[in-house]
Amino acid sequence: MSEHRKFDFKKQHFAGEEGHLIPLLQRAQETDGYITRERIVEIHKQCGIPLAQIYGVATFYAQFRLHPIGKNLIRVCHGTACHVSGANDITKAIEDTLGVCNGETTPDRLFTIETVSCLGCCSLAPVIMINHSTHGNLTEKEVKKVLKQYQKADIGEVQ
Amino acid sequence: MKILVGLGTCGIAAGAERTYEALAKSQAAGTVPFELDKTGCIGMCYREPLVEIRSDDGSRIQYGNVSADKVEKLLSEHILQGKTIDEWLVWADDGRGSERAYFSHQTRIVLRNCGKINPESLEDYLAADGYKALRQVLDQNDPDALIASIVDSGLRGRGGAGFLTGMKWRFTRLAEGDRKFIICNADEGDPGAFMDRSVLESDPHSVLEGMVIAAFAIGANDGYIYVRAEYPKAIERLNIAVAQAEAAGFLGDDVCGKGFSFHVKLKEGAGAFVCGEETALMASIEGKRGMPRMRPPFPATKGLWDCPTSINNVETFANVPWIVLNGAQAFAAIGTANSKGTKVFAMAGKIKRGGLVEVPMGISIRDIVFDVCGGIKKDKKFKTVQMGGPSGGFIPAELQDTVIDYESINKTGAIMGSGGLVVMDDTTCMVDVTRFFLEFTQRESCGKCTFCRVGTKRMLEVLTRICDGNGREGDIELLEQLAVLTKNTSLCGLGTTAPNPVLTAIKYFRSEFEAHITNRRCPAHQCKPLLTYTILDSCVGCLLCAKVCPTKAITGELKKVHVLDQSKCTHCGECHKVCRVDAIAVY
Repeated sequence: MSEHRKFDFKKQHFAGEEGHLIPLLQRAQETDGYITRERIVEIHKQCGIPLAQIYGVATFYAQFRLHPIGKNLIRVCHGTACHVSGANDITKAIEDTLGVCNGETTPDRLFTIETVSCLGCCSLAPVIMINHSTHGNLTEKEVKKVLKQYQKADIGEVQ
Repeated sequence: MKILVGLGTCGIAAGAERTYEALAKSQAAGTVPFELDKTGCIGMCYREPLVEIRSDDGSRIQYGNVSADKVEKLLSEHILQGKTIDEWLVWADDGRGSERAYFSHQTRIVLRNCGKINPESLEDYLAADGYKALRQVLDQNDPDALIASIVDSGLRGRGGAGFLTGMKWRFTRLAEGDRKFIICNADEGDPGAFMDRSVLESDPHSVLEGMVIAAFAIGANDGYIYVRAEYPKAIERLNIAVAQAEAAGFLGDDVCGKGFSFHVKLKEGAGAFVCGEETALMASIEGKRGMPRMRPPFPATKGLWDCPTSINNVETFANVPWIVLNGAQAFAAIGTANSKGTKVFAMAGKIKRGGLVEVPMGISIRDIVFDVCGGIKKDKKFKTVQMGGPSGGFIPAELQDTVIDYESINKTGAIMGSGGLVVMDDTTCMVDVTRFFLEFTQRESCGKCTFCRVGTKRMLEVLTRICDGNGREGDIELLEQLAVLTKNTSLCGLGTTAPNPVLTAIKYFRSEFEAHITNRRCPAHQCKPLLTYTILDSCVGCLLCAKVCPTKAITGELKKVHVLDQSKCTHCGECHKVCRVDAIAVY
């Protein structure tokens, strides 16, 4: 991370409140895109939570990442409805198009592929979510089209 | 004339925001006069984006699949010329519309306001009798009578286990402790379930109102809503609702000026399925790894930070204001002997009308699948429904007359669960789906107790080798043995229910497992390593399949029947997908 802006965790509104470690980590990830080692040390120093405990919590929950991700996060839903509607084929189509596997980031740092348990849009299965936009009722062809749009735009959100 | 656009997550995914923007643009242009408003999800996810037109006399008409490009026609024909556009019509309150059956079988208590009011408007909720139940409860100022009436209503926890809500409240009320908590469990983790998301997005105030009433009943002054981080829209609307309720005095130090104090905080989950289990959920709120612990002590006596705590599901809370306003008897009049009221189901999978339905308890699975939801997609053969997600089981088509109540569902080996109902047709392989569920529970097992951690892993290994064509004699019995052991010895609900998909799949679809193991065949044609592809004489010789074959297993000349070399085939299925004349057979 090039520019590390320090947080004052104690000034955050949740500091001092019971059970604030998870919101702190969520805030850190929102800012940096992932949980950096610097943030873990900062939280430890400012809030007095043992490093091991912070690391333990950060690795328990699926939401937290300890590695940076690409500009666009593709979340492929693998819920039951998506599974029976061909989520595996959609994942494969995405992997083939981008040339990286699930969990990896493209060399140009434009995309990261991640599978998730359920996005809760089951009646639109199969579904993927790119950043905050949901794309439903996909076929292998359509998902490739969607990815092209993002590749073309090369900027965060496109409709 | 008012136009409402359904802006739940499903609607937005289908393009409802663009429709809304197009309408807003036309409104700003001013050529056609109308009011524009947002609403939540009415439940017909299969026809999104949905637009409702409410006339000044109160009559309602709903149009489906109204994408942004259809806005112009909608305005010119319906609003200006006053003509109904029949081909888009899904439902009208005068009885017209193709999808009337979808609503006529439903009884809407939990979803009473969903798709009717603007979820971001407190005024809308108040106009729909909102917070009236809370005022009534505070006026009567008799928590014991309130709890008695919830017990009498027969309301059972809608999160899945089905414990009597009133009893849970009573235990928490009677527990000793100065500080008590109420928690709303909105960590809807079952894949295939989205009822809670929809309620939170479409009618967040009803859940808040239910929570305040519960807090008053048990004597809690603090509450938490634990909601999945994967539901950004629900979190956004809940935050708006909490701020509105605080400003209007329905939350805070002096609720409705009656001296009762109740504060609510939102906690975003961080993506762990096990946190749907109540003790794990509390550990997560406390900022720890979300691992469950032994019960007893139950949360009612020793919960969050060791204080008495009542944890209820979103749908349970949404029922509460209705019961207070309409009386316990009205609620108890709906349903069966031991299961009262209604249940919301998220219908998904191979079903024609996928979406959210609220049906009275006691309705049969057949009625839900065929009458309410229109049957199976492409009229294929109905094979099974999966209820209760990874903790639930399969109910085969032969048992489709099973009625929806907690005991009848349990008898089949499935569970009521939180309300995910995934419909499967004969193209679904039961071994593959069972493996899918075990993959999920194995990944989500927190690892604390050995039987869940290792048991799910071993079951997954056996299922995977069966799907890969390496099944062995005795694997079915091995699975059964592992399933029973894991079920009987795991610490929390995740482990004790994880074997349910395995047990029910073997119970009802044993022959499919045998076909995989003994004959090395997948009857549903899903397990690729078990499939054989052959080129038929109807091949027109277009070379398309030969081009896509990654291992060059297909050879041939233009306009001559091609040949597939089985020794090179990797069963990827690409040739089958591209063939335009269906000349590649799979068996």
